[in-house]
Amino acid sequence: MKDIPFTIASFENFLKEKKLMASKCNRCNALWLPPRPICIECNSDELEWVELNGKGKLVAFTVIGVGPIPMIEAGYDRDNPYCAGIVEVEEGPRISAQIMGVDVAHPENIKIGTNLTADFVERGSWHFVEELAKERKTYLAFRV
Amino acid sequence: MVQRKRRLGRGVAMVGAGMSPFGIRPDVTNRELFAEAFLDMGNSVDRGFDPKEIESLYVGNCGAEMWESQSVMGALCADAVGLTPCPARKIEDACASSSVAVRDGIMGIASGMYDIVLVGGTEKMSILPTNWTTMALACGSDTTYESSAGFTFPGLYASMATAHMQKYGTTHDDLLRVAIKNHSNGVLNPKAHFPKTIKDVMNMRIAQAEKKGKPIPGWADEMEFLHDPRYNPVIAWPNTLFDCCPITDGAACILLVAEEIAKNFTDNPLYIIGSGQASGHNLHDRDTLTSVPAAKIAAQQAYEMAGISPWDIKIAEVHDCFTIAEVMAIADLGFFKEGKEAATAAGEGKTARDGVKPINVSGGLKCKGHPVGATGAAQIVEIFQQMRGEAGPRQITNMDINLTLTHNIGAHGTTAVVQIYERR
Repeated sequence: MKDIPFTIASFENFLKEKKLMASKCNRCNALWLPPRPICIECNSDELEWVELNGKGKLVAFTVIGVGPIPMIEAGYDRDNPYCAGIVEVEEGPRISAQIMGVDVAHPENIKIGTNLTADFVERGSWHFVEELAKERKTYLAFRV
Repeated sequence: MVQRKRRLGRGVAMVGAGMSPFGIRPDVTNRELFAEAFLDMGNSVDRGFDPKEIESLYVGNCGAEMWESQSVMGALCADAVGLTPCPARKIEDACASSSVAVRDGIMGIASGMYDIVLVGGTEKMSILPTNWTTMALACGSDTTYESSAGFTFPGLYASMATAHMQKYGTTHDDLLRVAIKNHSNGVLNPKAHFPKTIKDVMNMRIAQAEKKGKPIPGWADEMEFLHDPRYNPVIAWPNTLFDCCPITDGAACILLVAEEIAKNFTDNPLYIIGSGQASGHNLHDRDTLTSVPAAKIAAQQAYEMAGISPWDIKIAEVHDCFTIAEVMAIADLGFFKEGKEAATAAGEGKTARDGVKPINVSGGLKCKGHPVGATGAAQIVEIFQQMRGEAGPRQITNMDINLTLTHNIGAHGTTAVVQIYERR
């Protein structure tokens, strides 16, 4: 683990293994999710990987019918909208994620504060170039 | 960031400002839109000017690479309006691109490097189909961690709206009243993308139904019309179509000169007395979801430089890309208290043309349109005309508009620029 760089690619590889990993600053103990290679609290680059327990709660959300192309290709549209939200994980930091298992047909019933658990979904990549967009990746989601 | 009090090295004045008509402009490209703005600006310079005297060009442009498959917009615009070989550059900070361009031009003059510069922006957006435009705009958020989670721009602002509703009890009707107000303003603006009130739109839909022999919708007023999902569908809940600014083509530009030569161009120059700019984290990394921290910092810098307070500002053009954005803007600028007071300001008429603090008398991004790279400069065009009494039917006449402000947000608050203008 010590030799794994604090890169986006490393974070994505962990997601593929269904692990939600953050970087923790060994100098000031700040916890970074998404992980960062530099602690922006104390500017230290002495960080380590830590696995989070995957529990969190919803702090803001939306239900989208007109999505970006990777979501359209995943089957979402006006008749089949999806929820995207910001989740505060139990360990403290917040992250953006698709929210599964909520009543997207009745967004007024979705409650801020709802308890969630990390989930991992596979979709095409975010890219303007079709060849690159075809690459399947595992993305972080949270589920009720 | 350590905050230090800053002053401009020397005064900077605005002596001309102009814009192209905003809307869907299928027959023109970015550089041609910019040329339209340039000609309109030229007509506003009372004693005229020689384009050969312009020493530098700053062009805001968010995404011609994506929309037009074209970069180097600075040099292309310089060529289009006859400024070559003056130094020219394209500046990109999403929807704040042209405010950053204006600010960089201000610094070009304040530093003593130049005496006369042209600043502005242009955006041609209507080329791509909506799903690709959604993609292009979403490139302004963090594509790795935000867009990939499914967030679109309407979705990011919708999330701020849900957080605002949860914290302050804000209602969707509060937000829709911002749209109603800005359309009431924009109906007076011949260059607006949709110069219609929402009541006009409602009556058009009724007339269309009558013409087609369909059942006539029985809306009592525009709020009932806005509640009808067949005519005002959800884009990203709670944002409906009428909470969102349109996708627009347009350009705007301003002629900036050193204060000591301003009177060579006009008897009525306007002075930039405060300028602030800040950056912000991704939305999920911010301490608050109901305010834009970068805007507060930029505002504080601008007020300090100008030596004035929010109460001194007579009118302001603020970034209302979505209705919730105006609610947050008028609080971040210190005009109204964050929460219920800001959320209900439009509904209570406080931000109307005849209110205590008229906001977005141009129609704002919502009604005038939001060609992203041109928006910041276009806000200044409105301010320029209002302060000089040249706003025609939109002119605010019940106050002396001697101090004004523009507030322009890049993306969902990763950039903010606030500037203050004075007529002496």
